[in-house]
Amino acid sequence: MTATLASPAPPTDDRRWKQVEATMRRNGFTRHALIETLHTVQDGFGFLDDPALRYVAQSLRLPLSTVYGVATFYHNFSLKPQGRHSCVVCTGTACYIHRAQALLDHFEQVHGLSDGQTDADGNVTLLTARCLGTCGMAPAVVFDGQLAGDVDEAILDERMKEWTTS
Amino acid sequence: MARQKVPPTQALTLTIDDQTVTAKPGQTVMDVASEHGIDIPHLCYLDGLSIWGACRLCVVEVEGQRRLFSACSTEVAEGMVVSTDSPRLRHYRKVIVEMLFAERNHICAVCVSNGHCELQAMAQRLGVDHIHIPYLNPQLSVDSSHDRFRLDHHRCIVCTRCVRVCAEVEGASTKGMAGRGIMARIINDLNEPWGDSQTCTSCGKCVHVCPTGALVEKGTAAAEMQKRRQFLPYLTVMRDNNHD
Amino acid sequence: MNTETLEEMAAKERAAASEIPVRLNVCASTSCLSRGADELTKTLNKQLRTAKQTKQCKVRSVGCMGLCAKGPMVEIECPAKPADDPESRQLLRGVTVEDADELLEHAMSGRKFERLDWPTDTPFFTRQHRIVLENSGLIDPERIEDYIARGGYAGLVKALTEYTPSQVIDEVARSGLRGRGGGGFPTGIKWATVAKSDGDRKYVICNADEGDPGAFMDRSVLDSDPHRVLEGMITAGYAVGASHAYIYVRGEYPLAILRLKRAINQAKRIGVLGTNLCDTPFAFDVEIRLGAGAFVCGEETALIASIEGRRGTPRPRPPYPASYGLWGKPTLINNVETFANIPWIMRHGGDALAAIGTERSKGTKVFALAGTIVNNGLIEVPMGITLREIVEEIGEGVPDGKAFKAVQTGGPSGGCIPAEHLDMPVDYESLVKAGSIMGSGGMVVMDETSNMVDVARFFMEFCKDESCGKCIPCRVGTSVMLDLLEKLCKKEAAPRDLELLKELCDVVRSTSLCGLGQTAPNPVLSTLRYFEDEYESALQPADEHGYALPVLQHT
Repeated sequence: MTATLASPAPPTDDRRWKQVEATMRRNGFTRHALIETLHTVQDGFGFLDDPALRYVAQSLRLPLSTVYGVATFYHNFSLKPQGRHSCVVCTGTACYIHRAQALLDHFEQVHGLSDGQTDADGNVTLLTARCLGTCGMAPAVVFDGQLAGDVDEAILDERMKEWTTS
Repeated sequence: MARQKVPPTQALTLTIDDQTVTAKPGQTVMDVASEHGIDIPHLCYLDGLSIWGACRLCVVEVEGQRRLFSACSTEVAEGMVVSTDSPRLRHYRKVIVEMLFAERNHICAVCVSNGHCELQAMAQRLGVDHIHIPYLNPQLSVDSSHDRFRLDHHRCIVCTRCVRVCAEVEGASTKGMAGRGIMARIINDLNEPWGDSQTCTSCGKCVHVCPTGALVEKGTAAAEMQKRRQFLPYLTVMRDNNHD
Repeated sequence: MNTETLEEMAAKERAAASEIPVRLNVCASTSCLSRGADELTKTLNKQLRTAKQTKQCKVRSVGCMGLCAKGPMVEIECPAKPADDPESRQLLRGVTVEDADELLEHAMSGRKFERLDWPTDTPFFTRQHRIVLENSGLIDPERIEDYIARGGYAGLVKALTEYTPSQVIDEVARSGLRGRGGGGFPTGIKWATVAKSDGDRKYVICNADEGDPGAFMDRSVLDSDPHRVLEGMITAGYAVGASHAYIYVRGEYPLAILRLKRAINQAKRIGVLGTNLCDTPFAFDVEIRLGAGAFVCGEETALIASIEGRRGTPRPRPPYPASYGLWGKPTLINNVETFANIPWIMRHGGDALAAIGTERSKGTKVFALAGTIVNNGLIEVPMGITLREIVEEIGEGVPDGKAFKAVQTGGPSGGCIPAEHLDMPVDYESLVKAGSIMGSGGMVVMDETSNMVDVARFFMEFCKDESCGKCIPCRVGTSVMLDLLEKLCKKEAAPRDLELLKELCDVVRSTSLCGLGQTAPNPVLSTLRYFEDEYESALQPADEHGYALPVLQHT
């Protein structure tokens, strides 16, 4: 009494789907590969859209609701497209003591961005992290994957100028 | 987590609320208490579904242990001394029910489940006569896209009975949980309108296991929605028979 | 792999090292790398090649030297001079690319580089007792040979060839080691429970989901000495009878993940991971799983759910993972630092660790010292040391002439300890008595400018954001408590609100499903205990029932 579920084709012919498929294959297309697979989609495409979630769900034979539930449970997954550049402000305890909130307030007031938002031109996404583990450099900010320490408003402005004009 | 079946080889003796009772290994405190006429308050627990352990109303005191244990998930042990009722437990349960009222929007008078609601009944049983916790008043939606049923997030207590019955009994897994913390919500498929779901079989089991007016049949007016759950023990027994 | 081949490898590595008169050890841990350590290494190598001096001087990338705020750190090491000669090593701080010429000149001539010198005869170095961090800053974390030259994997080989699994457990039990993730559960008992559990398959999990804000011990250990953690895990696998392990690392730690991957490959290459380890039937493999950003996954049942690919929600215990864990199988879960103690215990014996520390808290503890303190960084101290020694001597106190106010330990599950308790010994029980917990090892120092109500608000916001939403007390309780604390911070709260806050602390602590909720009230409770005046002074005038008076009445 087994029913067949056809293996789905990737949503597009984008080469990045090969990597997604490779992750699933490496884990034997088992259900517990879900988070690893979503990581690969997130890293490759920057976000998880509906077609991606459907493709992963069908490939791993998981209910859609399960895939959506996992995708929305973890902070590292985003269902919305991200900007070309990312700025992650650490809000851990040491950074809190060293005024990380002032940096976030500055973003909001001067650049009109709050946590999780992308600017209208799709240039920059502002994110926060719960401690990057580099408390000796507080307040710490990650600009496009590069960690910077002792960040102040001037450094932020400089970076934003660079990103929004190039 | 599915409850393990343990062959009834030996009997255990324990004390629940000063009564000496016997039990089979593998039974939970909730099971044994209920066999002996002790009804421990609960909302997320429903016989026939997997144990979730989340509402915390069934917490009991166990002698010699500092922390409290949820009766639905804790297996009995030889010589265990359990107390299911005390001023402290009553206070905690009352505050937890108040938290549910404060979390969303439970206005009984206009609710179709008025008079048939487990949350309302629990509040009455525990003597919740007013809510001293400030209301959170979240912005929530109502999904009326299904032609027979309605999902009203205002009335939802996130007990996940609907999620469990959909996965474990119906086998569809249409319903799921999305988000986390105070933003956790019941969803259908990829957070789609219920009426658009390709996986929902419209069986209505979720509606009938829902303890409140969050999942209801359309066309019911205030106080008209009565839930029918006889199917659950029946289906559970039939399913187990088929698998034996 | 056996003891002889291991010793051979170590001897070869040590001989190769002694042939080079000068070694420049550049810290390649996360903080120093982001301050330009990588570029410095490249520049130094380039200049040595140009000057054809690569045989006289070697640049090595090593792990964390502890003073993360002063980086990039460089150590000039002369292996030819005896180790007790103070001139055999010199520590430099804040070395940039511009300093490369000067650095090389001093290193080659043997003259002391006074300008960037950082004295190591200060309490920051002399008061430490390094077990977990014994190799940190001394070895290249990406070379297994470096680890072996410092005695690495000797403990494992000894365990596999000379000990039975139960003897390994006895050794760990005798050491008195307790879980370093925060709970403090005796490691020996945990291992024995998993070993005794029935199961055709068992698992070992290393919890490297270091979620506490203000804590970076596990990151540093993985950045600086990843093999140590692997060795601990393999030893544990042998002791409890598991053949498969997972290491669950935070996605926020890219360097640690990279180094772990390399370490696993190297370990497989030399045969300490894989099948028939040390010519025994024992087989073991380790897989990395990346966290995806959920603090609650530090809780063991949530962590298991996450490895299984599910939402990271905890489930009620019992059953405990030791009998019903990953995929329903008996599972041993320990934290990074706990595993990192094991190789030392196997090499030196359990009694050696038990000789350090206090009656009930044995060994050492790694702390991440941060906040408003002069010496920001990573330290390892014997249990039982006083908080004052850590803050005032090792940390050299609060900078800019400000007064110390409190030290926060245990992250969002811990509490703030005020100045009057600074002479308290650091051990599991004393910290709990003072209203905090040992936690995983974050220590954030706050000066007089910190508002303690706002500190409580900060942690409650964290707990609210990180609550999984499963159980009602944590889901709703943290939200309501955060609202109340925000009201207090805005000075809009009435005495009733403070009463409600206290009441909710009790309910949430007693009834929540998992540790996150059970400890979420701790920052509020501890600040209420020591700084209640700050709460009182944040209150609005009220009537006799505790309700805030309408604004009109008190104008």
